[in-house]
Amino acid sequence: MSALVNAVRSFLLLELGKGLFLTLKYFFKPKVTINYPYEKGNLSPRFRGEHALRRYPNGEERCIACKLCEAVCPAQAITIEAEPRDDGSRRTTKYDIDMTKCIYCGFCQEACPVDAIVEGPNFEFATETREELYYDKDKLLANGDRWETEIARNLSADARWR
Amino acid sequence: MLDFIMQDWILDLGWIVAKIMVVIGPLLIAVAYLTLAERRVIGFMQLRKGPNVVGPFGLFQPFADALKLMAKETILPAGANKVVFMVAPMLTFILSLVAWAVIPFGEGLVIANINVGILYLFAISSLGVYGVIMAGWASNSKYAFLGALRSAAQMVSYEVSMGLVIINVLLCAGSLNLLDIVEAQREMWFALPLLPMFVVFFISTLAETNRAPFDLPEGESELVAGYFVEYSSMSFALFFLGEYANMILMSSMTVILFLGGWLSPIDIWPLNVIPGPLWFIIKIMLVLFVFLWVRATTPRYRYDQLMRLGWKIFLPFSLIYVVLTAGFLLITDRLPAVVLG
Repeated sequence: MSALVNAVRSFLLLELGKGLFLTLKYFFKPKVTINYPYEKGNLSPRFRGEHALRRYPNGEERCIACKLCEAVCPAQAITIEAEPRDDGSRRTTKYDIDMTKCIYCGFCQEACPVDAIVEGPNFEFATETREELYYDKDKLLANGDRWETEIARNLSADARWR
Repeated sequence: MLDFIMQDWILDLGWIVAKIMVVIGPLLIAVAYLTLAERRVIGFMQLRKGPNVVGPFGLFQPFADALKLMAKETILPAGANKVVFMVAPMLTFILSLVAWAVIPFGEGLVIANINVGILYLFAISSLGVYGVIMAGWASNSKYAFLGALRSAAQMVSYEVSMGLVIINVLLCAGSLNLLDIVEAQREMWFALPLLPMFVVFFISTLAETNRAPFDLPEGESELVAGYFVEYSSMSFALFFLGEYANMILMSSMTVILFLGGWLSPIDIWPLNVIPGPLWFIIKIMLVLFVFLWVRATTPRYRYDQLMRLGWKIFLPFSLIYVVLTAGFLLITDRLPAVVLG
């Protein structure tokens, strides 16, 4: 008997009809696509994007060349060289990040005692040549200047959980 | 005298070429927009928007695609049989176009009004398998060959039941002429009395055009792209165009056989003012939408399931239905008078 019922069912294409009805319902539903270059999705304050070296409000760079980030970096993407500056303070003479090696784990940001190296909210830094992705200190400081407002806001939003 | 005949001959030829252009031009544009419609419709059913950036609503997307394809390099595989390899896509494309010669767009609006129009259509659509086999064999690649084998077996299987379905329609219409078949539906579309056959025919056309859920010949997940893996650039584009032109052809066949061709659904005022060709196009678009809709809904058949459906269900079912239809027409004395000549 159940075989007969099944045969009738499959001949009436009930399941196919159900499936077609479902897809038709979805045809009229609002779409979830974000028109990417024109619209962008929401980013968490913890988002780990392009790196930046920050400065104090008076313009002094924060990095004290402790090399904790270099040590913690699992991809060994960071290279630092340091020397005492003329005024006797310890600063980096070279701070390079190879962005092609970086895995965006955020350990450098967590290791930094002075919140100098951070991963900002920018994720649109694709380049046409490999060389452009070997970031040096100037590029990182420029990033810091460019994204300071967003970075400061994200850091303060996340400060309670750090 | 001689130049008079010459002139006449040239005039005739020009007239024929003009008629062909009037059909082929819009057809190719329709094919281009069918590819866009497919991506948009399937996108919508998957909660996406589909291509909407190139031009308003993405309307220039097909042209961008065409431009890209033409700019690509044509690759001739070293192991391929060069002549057959290049002829195959042309054959597929030409076959998908020549069938339009007998398609009536309205009352008397047909390039060639021949008495065996439906046989011609059937023959041309069956020939389509040659392009596929040639492509698969000439590519000298295992994936292309497997795809071609699958495609050949599939098309042959489903043509059998399609032929029986068409016999049902012919029993009701009493003519092989497509214009007469449409005229015979003035009282009632054949889709209503022959509803099961309509469904069988539609599913067979899905198989015939290698569309989902019967797209095993292309089976991306197992055969890369099936019989046209080795093709690139314009030769690939010709396959693509041929496939979509075939889809439109098959939907127009469905419309002519079951949905009353250019006739309006009911012969009442606001509907019967709309010109016949427009009705025909609207109906084709509806059938094409179902093509895309089915693709967005169903997963791919397994090969043995496909063969089982074709040979063990559709064939006996349509055969029984031929007997039923013939018996019904004979008992109720409704057999149409067959017009000879």
